[in-house]
Amino acid sequence: MKKVIVIGNGMVGYKFCEKLAANPLRDQFDILVFGEEPRPAYDRVHLSEYFSLKSAEPLLLAPMAWYQENRIELRTGELISEIDVSSKSVLTHKNQSFDYDYLILATGSSPFIPPIQGVSKTGVFIYRTIEDLEAIEEYAKKLQAKGKFRAAVLGGGLLGLEAANATKELGMQTQVIEFAPKLMPRQLDHTASDLLRAKIESMDIEILLGKNSKEILGEEEMTGILFQDGSVLDTDMLVISAGIRPRDELAVKAGILCGNRGGVEVNRKMETSEPSIFAIGEVALYNQMIYGLVAPGYEMAGVAVDQITGGEKLMSPTIDMSTKLKLVGTEVASFGDPFLENDEVIAIRYENKQKGIYKRINISKDGSRLLGGILVGDASDYNQLFQLYLNEIKLPENAEDLILGAREGEGGSALGSALDLPDSAQICSCESVSKGDICGAITSGKSSSLKEVIQCTKASSCCGGCKPMVTELVNETLKSLGQEVKETICEHFEYSRQELYDLVKIHKICTYNEALDQLGKGHGCEVCKPVMASIFASIFMETANRQVTIQDSNDRFLANIQRNGTYSVVPRVPGGEITPEKLVVLGEVAKKYDLYTKITGGQRIDLFGAELHHLPLIWKELIDAGFESGHAYGKSLRTVKSCVGSTWCRYGMHDSVSFAIRIEERYKGLRSPHKLKGGVSGCIRECAEARGKDFGIIAVEGGWNLYVCGNGGANPKHAVLLASQLDDETCIKYLDRFLMYYIRTAAPLMRTAPWLEKLDGGLDYLKKVVIEDSLGIAEELESEMQGLVDHYACEWKEAIENPEMMKRFKHFVNSDESDDQLVFVPMREQKMPKPW
Amino acid sequence: MEELLKTYQTVSDHQVLHWICVGGVSDFPENAGGCVKYKSKQVAVFHFERTQSWYACQNLCPHKMEMVLSRGMTGDAAGIPKVACPLHKKTFSLQDGKSLSGDELQIATYPVRIENGNVYIGFAD
Ligand code: SRM
Ligand SMILES: Cc1cc2nc3c(=O)[nH]c(=O)nc-3n(C[C@H](O)[C@H](O)[C@H](O)COP(=O)(O)OP(=O)(O)OC[C@H]3O[C@@H](n4cnc5c(N)ncnc54)[C@H](O)[C@@H]3O)c2cc1C
Ligand code: SF4
Ligand code: FES
Repeated sequence: MKKVIVIGNGMVGYKFCEKLAANPLRDQFDILVFGEEPRPAYDRVHLSEYFSLKSAEPLLLAPMAWYQENRIELRTGELISEIDVSSKSVLTHKNQSFDYDYLILATGSSPFIPPIQGVSKTGVFIYRTIEDLEAIEEYAKKLQAKGKFRAAVLGGGLLGLEAANATKELGMQTQVIEFAPKLMPRQLDHTASDLLRAKIESMDIEILLGKNSKEILGEEEMTGILFQDGSVLDTDMLVISAGIRPRDELAVKAGILCGNRGGVEVNRKMETSEPSIFAIGEVALYNQMIYGLVAPGYEMAGVAVDQITGGEKLMSPTIDMSTKLKLVGTEVASFGDPFLENDEVIAIRYENKQKGIYKRINISKDGSRLLGGILVGDASDYNQLFQLYLNEIKLPENAEDLILGAREGEGGSALGSALDLPDSAQICSCESVSKGDICGAITSGKSSSLKEVIQCTKASSCCGGCKPMVTELVNETLKSLGQEVKETICEHFEYSRQELYDLVKIHKICTYNEALDQLGKGHGCEVCKPVMASIFASIFMETANRQVTIQDSNDRFLANIQRNGTYSVVPRVPGGEITPEKLVVLGEVAKKYDLYTKITGGQRIDLFGAELHHLPLIWKELIDAGFESGHAYGKSLRTVKSCVGSTWCRYGMHDSVSFAIRIEERYKGLRSPHKLKGGVSGCIRECAEARGKDFGIIAVEGGWNLYVCGNGGANPKHAVLLASQLDDETCIKYLDRFLMYYIRTAAPLMRTAPWLEKLDGGLDYLKKVVIEDSLGIAEELESEMQGLVDHYACEWKEAIENPEMMKRFKHFVNSDESDDQLVFVPMREQKMPKPW
Repeated sequence: MEELLKTYQTVSDHQVLHWICVGGVSDFPENAGGCVKYKSKQVAVFHFERTQSWYACQNLCPHKMEMVLSRGMTGDAAGIPKVACPLHKKTFSLQDGKSLSGDELQIATYPVRIENGNVYIGFAD
């Protein structure tokens, strides 16, 4: 039995364990791992997600139990303080000594702290571990409570921008300070950096370039930064992200050979100057370089495992540093040599400032090889370009098509199909999985779906950047084996939503039970039931009252369930316009039923905390006062927001309120694959935020501009211009066509923005369908929509007038009591549910 | 809250001390659930009409301790009858109460009998 000690349980140290655990000779080794951090290794690449996840659990690369199952002794929270090379042992900070036969240094790196005066002041942070993030969040909250909202990030590289996004998301006004005259100096050229800068600044993060910091100002707590040029930036906290320093302190002390500027020197076997000691990951100095990316680190881990198990694997002679990332919502990628330009190399550039897109490829003079490039704003071509570069594939005749797309005729992609790649082509660089591995997993019969391929090869399980290509390979390989690949909605129906929509229509299927009998199997589930309910609604305009139990749980009770099981009540307020009389009614009803009231982000009023059996009573009063259901619970039209428009506003060009009301009245109750929102603004100042909606209408000289496919939410997208200067009727006609086409063809829970992204041919195609009627279905779409509009009924009115339908609004079947487990606590002058 | 959770323990057929009538078959929706009260307990009762099967479980979702499971959607996963919590859609087997969402959560289940058009739930207390 050989003893292996791993120092450091970070991403690469973990990968070493994973690979050794899977090695056939695993049983010949005792594995002991020391990690300084309090928890097992986690995914540092996705560190920033910790802010939204609020838990380390999902980030863990493997739970504690995994180490036990694999007989790996992991000691977290234990630091190694010394290596004794002569006795082959290590000493922990608790002075315990352990012997090794093989020692693996996987101690990673730590953020580089530039020698600026005052860096030890309170309010200065680094960005590397979960604890760092916790400290940043806590401090930001403390500042905010004191009315302070300014944060700065030192370093405009990849990590700095990520940290800046994080502080912004924490609600801080953020500024980025970079010493170089451009952002991401190591990956981007000037044009790319300028474009990225404009994009980031449009997201309210300010960028200061060419600034050399001299001193952190403030007494105990920092209050600002003084620059070399004498200027001062007032700010309340600072996150330093100015590069990394390998943690080679143990090696230096033990007399292991290290580089002048840090890092443990290794050869192609990952061996250090000391036989039986290996260094991998960000601590290793290979080719006189430290590689701050996981992919090379994972390769190093693989080589080290192979070496100690008697193999002969060597590290690749050159390391590829290509990356694709999403920074502050902007895609950025660079591959090969991004800057290359000389007599032998030609750079082709495409820049579109309006859309914020820049693409550059560097090709050999004879046009045959791709040598490197940069993509900002749209990195959808990355995987393809990267493969062409990496596998030195001969380029097509018009190399510019690679970034501009073929502009004439059909013209597929330059790469044709992913299947044309050589088997050796590396697809997933993090886990170094080749095309042959992926296709082989299927042809050998080991896997038969994307999920299984990912499980068995680990491809795209790390950063996920290669997922589109893995998906394509899996689908194409399955197809080549004669297996059909389908986007089925769940295990009960082997159809896509669009297929089900057509089948229901053609076979005139009217109930969910019939659909299960004729098209599906089993009892159905919480996925297919709401999908079918939505399809029935779109074809027959049936309300949620007809097939109650297939509705999503909110639609079943015509209200949104809240965290304690009570409900919210949101009456429709078309266009956000409401009379004082109606406001009074809302107030009185809320008072009577003791409801919490709040103005929503959708320009209406939400009454929260209604018990199930009170819902009909509340709605009866509201309906008597002229209100209708607001469908806040449904995947259906929510609100059409308006700004006050030309009736009152001095800039208004048209009457946006009247038009918003007309449109909301037209589409109210319309059910769709996901929720639908609209907005109408009276001029381009856009106070209704119409371009943040699925459809947005903006008054311009000579009519309305119609924008489609925007949304807010987690992935905000501005709506894009479909048609301009429309009169009222044409605008509605186009909207009818657009909405109905979306309702017919979108996948479940897919909003209009991702739908457009997936639509073959994109916006141009959509324009053809909606405006030019290229499919010849415009009239059909309009008449279907008219049918739905004509059949509108208020679901709540229907429900309270029908005793049979009313039965469902009761907490107990066998008692009239109300739920005795509900507990509310007071909050300001109202109430809220007792917190979890 | 832990206390409350402990009051719900799975009852198997042979442990039943009392069969309690909780209503007529038609008081419960088909292919969905209703909630019934027994002493201080809230129990969710489900009627799977397609196979004429009935299931009962605690109404308390163990995820966030809310009385909501009876309002969840029903269905099956590879043939196992299940309910999806209306709050975060965690799903539970109605056969053995185990979570089907890949976590350790567990709910108590109760036996159901239908006699003369009435629904009876078996309790051990
Ligand atoms: C009440 C409200 C917040 C508020 O107090 O202002 C709200 C509350 C909820 N929103 Fe929202 N959203 C509200 C306006 C918005 C807005 C602003 C707007 O409409 O202008 C947005 C961004 C715009 C957009 O949708 O594009 C918004 C984006 C979301 C999203 C993200 C959608 C996306 O495509 O990414 C969700 C999640 C989802 O739908 O899957 C969501 C989901 C929810 C849910 C339904 C979550 C849930 O399932 O419990 C919340 C329950 C509401 C309730 O119980 O009544 N809410 N939500 C707002 C109700 C507006 C209304 O009058 O109907
Ligand atoms: C915010 C952020 C975003 C990133 N994004 C990307 C990305 O998009 N793509 C990419 O490829 N890379 C990215 N990286 C870099 C990537 O995370 C690192 O390359 C990778 O984590 C290096 O792994 P490692 O195991 O060498 O070091 P680490 O993950 O740092 O692990 C080293 C571990 O060793 C421990 N340790 C050190 N000394 C001792 C000791 N004496 N005793 C015991 N334990 C010790 C440390 O506490 C640490 O836990 C990002 C990094 C950060 C911080
Ligand atoms: S943003 Fe929307 S979904 Fe999130 S907590 Fe607020 S209301 Fe709920
Ligand atoms: S409370 Fe039931 S799943 Fe969260």
